[in-house]
Amino acid sequence: MIFKFDKANSLSENDVTDESIYKQRRDILKKLGYLGAGSLLAASGSASAGPLDWFSSDKAEAFKTTPLSFKKSNLNLEIQTPEQKATSYNNFYEFGTGKGDPVEKAQSFQVDPWSLSIEGLVEKPITLGYEDLFSTFNLEERIYRLRCVEAWSMVIPWVGFSLASIIKKAQPLSSAKYVSFQTLYDPKQMPGQRSRFVGGGVDYPYVEGLRLDEAMQPLTMLSVGMYGKTLPPQNGAPIRLVVPWKYGFKSIKSIVKIVLTDKQPPTTWQNLASDEYGFYANVNPAVDHPRWSQARERRITSGGLLTQNRIDTLPFNGYEEVASLYKGMDLRKFY
Amino acid sequence: MIFKKPIRIGPTKFKIFQWMMHIVILAWLILVFYQGLTDQLGGDPVQSLLDFTGIGALNLLVISLVISPIASYLKFGQFIQLRRPIGLYSAFYALSHLMVFIAFELQFEMGLVLSEIIDRPYITVGFTAFIILSILAITSINNIKKKMGRKWFTLHSLSYIAVILGGIHYLWLVKSAWYEPAIYIIVSLLLILLRRKKLQKCSNSACMFIYTVLLYMHTTWIYRQRAPL
Ligand code: HEM
Repeated sequence: MIFKFDKANSLSENDVTDESIYKQRRDILKKLGYLGAGSLLAASGSASAGPLDWFSSDKAEAFKTTPLSFKKSNLNLEIQTPEQKATSYNNFYEFGTGKGDPVEKAQSFQVDPWSLSIEGLVEKPITLGYEDLFSTFNLEERIYRLRCVEAWSMVIPWVGFSLASIIKKAQPLSSAKYVSFQTLYDPKQMPGQRSRFVGGGVDYPYVEGLRLDEAMQPLTMLSVGMYGKTLPPQNGAPIRLVVPWKYGFKSIKSIVKIVLTDKQPPTTWQNLASDEYGFYANVNPAVDHPRWSQARERRITSGGLLTQNRIDTLPFNGYEEVASLYKGMDLRKFY
Repeated sequence: MIFKKPIRIGPTKFKIFQWMMHIVILAWLILVFYQGLTDQLGGDPVQSLLDFTGIGALNLLVISLVISPIASYLKFGQFIQLRRPIGLYSAFYALSHLMVFIAFELQFEMGLVLSEIIDRPYITVGFTAFIILSILAITSINNIKKKMGRKWFTLHSLSYIAVILGGIHYLWLVKSAWYEPAIYIIVSLLLILLRRKKLQKCSNSACMFIYTVLLYMHTTWIYRQRAPL
């Protein structure tokens, strides 16, 4: 048994950062923006949140998340990333390539109604509506490390259920070997899908895939919430994958379709640059990205510049129990 | 163009303009560092600072290079006076960029700093641009400039190499959004095209140097395209 859970506990308010800090930051950004617009330095919305983002509008009202009931995790060994940071520093190219773009541009994202289908090589295809995402399975909290391929990491309390439980419910055929996932394709709502410039040259919809045994590994989860509440859009509302031993880009967001297949499915980053991103994308300090080292990572916690931690990256992001899935495989070749 | 009237601004107004420029460029840098120290720079303050100083250095460099063509087009002689301080600020932003990289990104693991500069083509290229900017900054001291005479102009045409290297550095570090860095590179090439007459006057040794740099960039590009480790 890998997880131990407390008795049911409805609605937690663990170390939720209060709204005021968030507002305060936005105000400062606004002031900076004002300063920026009058100056000679042209901003680039490219890879950063913060002072360069002076094109952002502040009109959008914040997306409303609702508290969930779930089994609370009693495993809390590491310092969690503050909620405010985990929900404002995101890679979600559908809303722009800057880390601050998703929180700026996704607040009016519609998650209800939603439809998630599980189909392909299964006995009983399933379709879940918005409410079903929260009521079909027992929700539990799991505190996982998230390691981005860009060499930063967070510790996030997710709420959700094992991917295995939904796959079992659909009854996979014996010919099913892989599971493919697809993000919503809705250019009206996702500016990155309307313009290749905003979306970083990615061919949408975003797709991901796992081997069936990886998908059935009990650590692999579908998350419908974080920090005790439903997911905000920038983190992949209403439902996303979380595979904690793989680089973050495997954990596909805002999923509409899960298809069981007999062939290895294509994945978005592999399509973009197959020499840099493989199908497996297991966290591995021994295999560098061609352009940067993966040996260490910067853990995002609270505090400014002077309290930043650089720590060693662990094989499989510290989830050694999955190593047996890859016995006999050359992980340099299957990166 | 021949009929265009030269532009002149009153000396006081121009002074005020210059001061405003100094204040904006410096205050912005200080403010962003202050925000970084007090955890107001979003999720990853180190990344935000790296991006801010990197883009800042590149933008300032491009601005310093468009000043001459604009000034000569508008017959706005005073405008040229802004070229040197903006070029110097570009070097200063690049220095802060390197300091952020060493102090906060790699947290003074000096062995790693060295190996990153050597092993990662995009950092090798950025570092080369930084070395050029530093040399140009030092030689812009008036006494040195006078002593160097004509050679000074030859040396300072390296700023065009620096801006291209800065653009390539940017192009190679992005994961997929290559449009913005590509725009910088295209603008730099256009600037070189605009100034080609002046640049042709550079001595042979400068041409040799530029040729070597191009060759070296070409090889690193091939290296970048190699099969993964
Ligand atoms: C001194 C040596 C240099 C080093 C070690 C260095 C290193 C870096 C690093 C580590 C990044 C962030 C990469 C990432 O996002 O993962 C970066 C970004 C950047 N650097 Fe440099 N750099 C150097 C010099 C320069 C110079 C001289 C320029 C400009 C003339 C420059 C312009 C940029 C730009 C534009 C970015 C991208 C910012 C963004 O993504 O918005 N760098 N650099």
